[in-house]
Amino acid sequence: MQTGQAAPANNRVLEIAGLEKSFGPNRVLKGVDLSVSAGEVLVLMGANGAGKSTLVKIIAGVQPPGDGRLTLDGAPFEPDRPIDALNAGLSVVHQQINDSVAPDLSVTQNLLLDRLCSGKAGSFYSPRRARREAAEIQAILGLSLPLDRAVRDIPLADRQLVAICRALAENPKVLVLDEPTSSLSQREAERLFGIVETLRSRGVAILYITHRMSDIRRLADRIVTLRDGRITGEFRPPLDYEAAVTAMLGETVRPAAMERGEAHATVFSVENYQLKSWSRPFSMALQAGEVTAITGLVGTGKSEFAEAIFGVRRPAAGEMRLNGQPYAPKTSGAAIEAGVFMAAKDRGTNSLIPAFDIARNLSLPFLTRRSRAGFIDSGAERHRAKRTIADLSIVCQSETDHMATLSGGNQQKVVVGRWLSEPSTLLILDEPFQGVDIRARHDIGRRLRETAADRATLILVTEIDEAVEVADRILVMSDHTIVGDHRTGPELDLSLLLAQVAGDQTAENMPKVQESAVG
Amino acid sequence: MTLTVRDLSIRYGFFALLIGLALFFYAAEPAFMSVRSFVFVFQSVAITAILALGVTGTLVVGGFDLSIGSVAASSMMAASYAMVIWGWGTVETVMLCVAFGLFVGFINGLIIVYGRVPDLLATLGTMFLLLGLQLVPTAGRSIAKGMILPDGSTATGSFDPSFLMLGRSRLFDIVPVSVVVMLALAVAIFVFLEFTRWGRVMYAIGSNEQASRLAGAPVNRYKIAAYMISGGFAAIGGILLAARVGRGDVSSGNNLLLDGVAAALIGFAVLGAAKPNAFGTLVGALFVGMLLQGLTMMNAPYYTQDAVKGAVLVLALLFTFAMTRRAGS
Repeated sequence: MQTGQAAPANNRVLEIAGLEKSFGPNRVLKGVDLSVSAGEVLVLMGANGAGKSTLVKIIAGVQPPGDGRLTLDGAPFEPDRPIDALNAGLSVVHQQINDSVAPDLSVTQNLLLDRLCSGKAGSFYSPRRARREAAEIQAILGLSLPLDRAVRDIPLADRQLVAICRALAENPKVLVLDEPTSSLSQREAERLFGIVETLRSRGVAILYITHRMSDIRRLADRIVTLRDGRITGEFRPPLDYEAAVTAMLGETVRPAAMERGEAHATVFSVENYQLKSWSRPFSMALQAGEVTAITGLVGTGKSEFAEAIFGVRRPAAGEMRLNGQPYAPKTSGAAIEAGVFMAAKDRGTNSLIPAFDIARNLSLPFLTRRSRAGFIDSGAERHRAKRTIADLSIVCQSETDHMATLSGGNQQKVVVGRWLSEPSTLLILDEPFQGVDIRARHDIGRRLRETAADRATLILVTEIDEAVEVADRILVMSDHTIVGDHRTGPELDLSLLLAQVAGDQTAENMPKVQESAVG
Repeated sequence: MTLTVRDLSIRYGFFALLIGLALFFYAAEPAFMSVRSFVFVFQSVAITAILALGVTGTLVVGGFDLSIGSVAASSMMAASYAMVIWGWGTVETVMLCVAFGLFVGFINGLIIVYGRVPDLLATLGTMFLLLGLQLVPTAGRSIAKGMILPDGSTATGSFDPSFLMLGRSRLFDIVPVSVVVMLALAVAIFVFLEFTRWGRVMYAIGSNEQASRLAGAPVNRYKIAAYMISGGFAAIGGILLAARVGRGDVSSGNNLLLDGVAAALIGFAVLGAAKPNAFGTLVGALFVGMLLQGLTMMNAPYYTQDAVKGAVLVLALLFTFAMTRRAGS
């Protein structure tokens, strides 16, 4: 880590000051200040919805900033289009690798894509010249990619190298890598780390966006955490990874204020359960009357577990039991029939029907129970909708309002209200507080607790303070297996929990952490 | 809620246009406003409307069915073949044709759902296939009473008079049977889509397939059923066509696909629905029929008809997508 010291001011290549961005009433970036220096890997950490992707889109010229000042190499930097950012010396490799490549074109053509699109290559395409230029580009990183093959025929990791090479073709001063290892294996990631180190030693300023601890330990010269549209922490060597995770997930981790539930009989259990063929088997049980949260970083298998319970995914091994009986639903319909409900994460994609009003969105899974001889009893449907609206304090004109007119928090209440409108044996909520303001979050949490007595409730959350706020018990998931089991309340060992979330290596530093964290 | 001019024009603009046109034709040609003229409009669009109502079912689940025209044509050929060559009766023939339509829809659904072929391409394929297949049994000849078969013998059967009544007789001497069938099917599909849980789930699938699946809906089965509805309706259209024409004519039914799809798409604009709906489809079909009837009475040449239909479709689509999108955002 040769550039550990604070970089001198004149060394700063990209500077961002007071960056603001709103979508409608939703303030996504609330005055972000950030700078990256030449020859530095700055890691930007942030949970889902923190505003990372909006930040990347603005510096890449995909979206205009709301307010604030961007400077690149001392000159004002106001890219209107991605090509402007590229010409100014800033290249971005997006998280979705397939967004950065044209799959049907050859590797050669992909490497030259920016030149072809910007017209620098002239009006006529000369295969020979293209091949020569492509060979020059990949020589930057000393790679030997199969230049004549179509990108769709090469492995994902190689596609990403194509995207990175392409980003380097114009000799950028700043390289932005958005979660580059999210779909790479360990070996492929190692190769990528080597390349990033090479670039750093050549003086490229690198903004590396991730929440993977292994990447951060390997590469970071400096860490900045983004949370809820604000910079919540800056860490310089010696890097305190523990503190960075806390700053990313929430500084307000505090014992819950709500009354606890009382655990009764076991409702649901898994034995020697393996989500992936390579993941460590685990066993766990959920009790009626109890709210259990599973926490863990994104991509550690929380949603996969929920989907397996809900019948839309098959586990690699192990069996589930519901009320003591073997339970293996083949479809979501079968799971609902058995009394297992799931409010999926990402409501826009997985839950809401945009063409429907509130009442119809609420009743969708239960239409059989709401109809006679196939005909829907719309009076009862609206009546029930009114009750749900009151129970969850959904802010709306009436139950016939359409989804687009509701705020994010109220949309989320509709999703939760849908699955609370019938009694369930096991209710799973995947990120129920995603993109939800504090008030809506409180309303949802209160209603969940009020109704929790007769069922087991399982909540999947990345943010630990949400888990602490609403759950009786917190399980920690890491690498697709359960690594921790905690009771909330005064005896909750937050530092151990944080260490388990951050991964094994930090757990070894535990004694030091325990002194500093709980006070 | 206050209604702005835009809201009002989105909601009722299409009806205003309909009434305005009717008044215009009435002023130009008073005979336009007669029972006979109205019955003629209904009769001229009956078969088109039945196909359009069927394809509405596939549009509702977010699909599309390009094979309806050739399903109708094949159904007509099958009906003629069954009666003229096999000597079947009316009931068996009708059942055969409807079963044929349902079967084609089932195959379309399987190709789309399990073969993962995009709907437009899959139904384009079956459309092409059926256009060719319907020619095979008669070696490309039209089917009529007493025709010479490919093997040299003469066909012995004929169209059953009760079958021909489907296309030619009138209820109370005024309303043609085909119009009665059209109205009955329109009511049936309207009630099905708007008031039953199956229709509700179909709309949910069309709006967000993934969310519907996670709400427990057997999405694949619903999609296949939608294509079966569309195939079945198209087959009924073909039966009525055979009964009206009284022969299995290889070239009839050419325009059915475009007219049917146009009616369903024009239906998006009715009442500002901005989505497929049975009522809109029926009104859309009648609108086109009325326009053509009016123009014909004003002696517009027949070859301008397709241009007029196309213009109406483009206008209706602009109306639907440009205006409602802006109002929504």
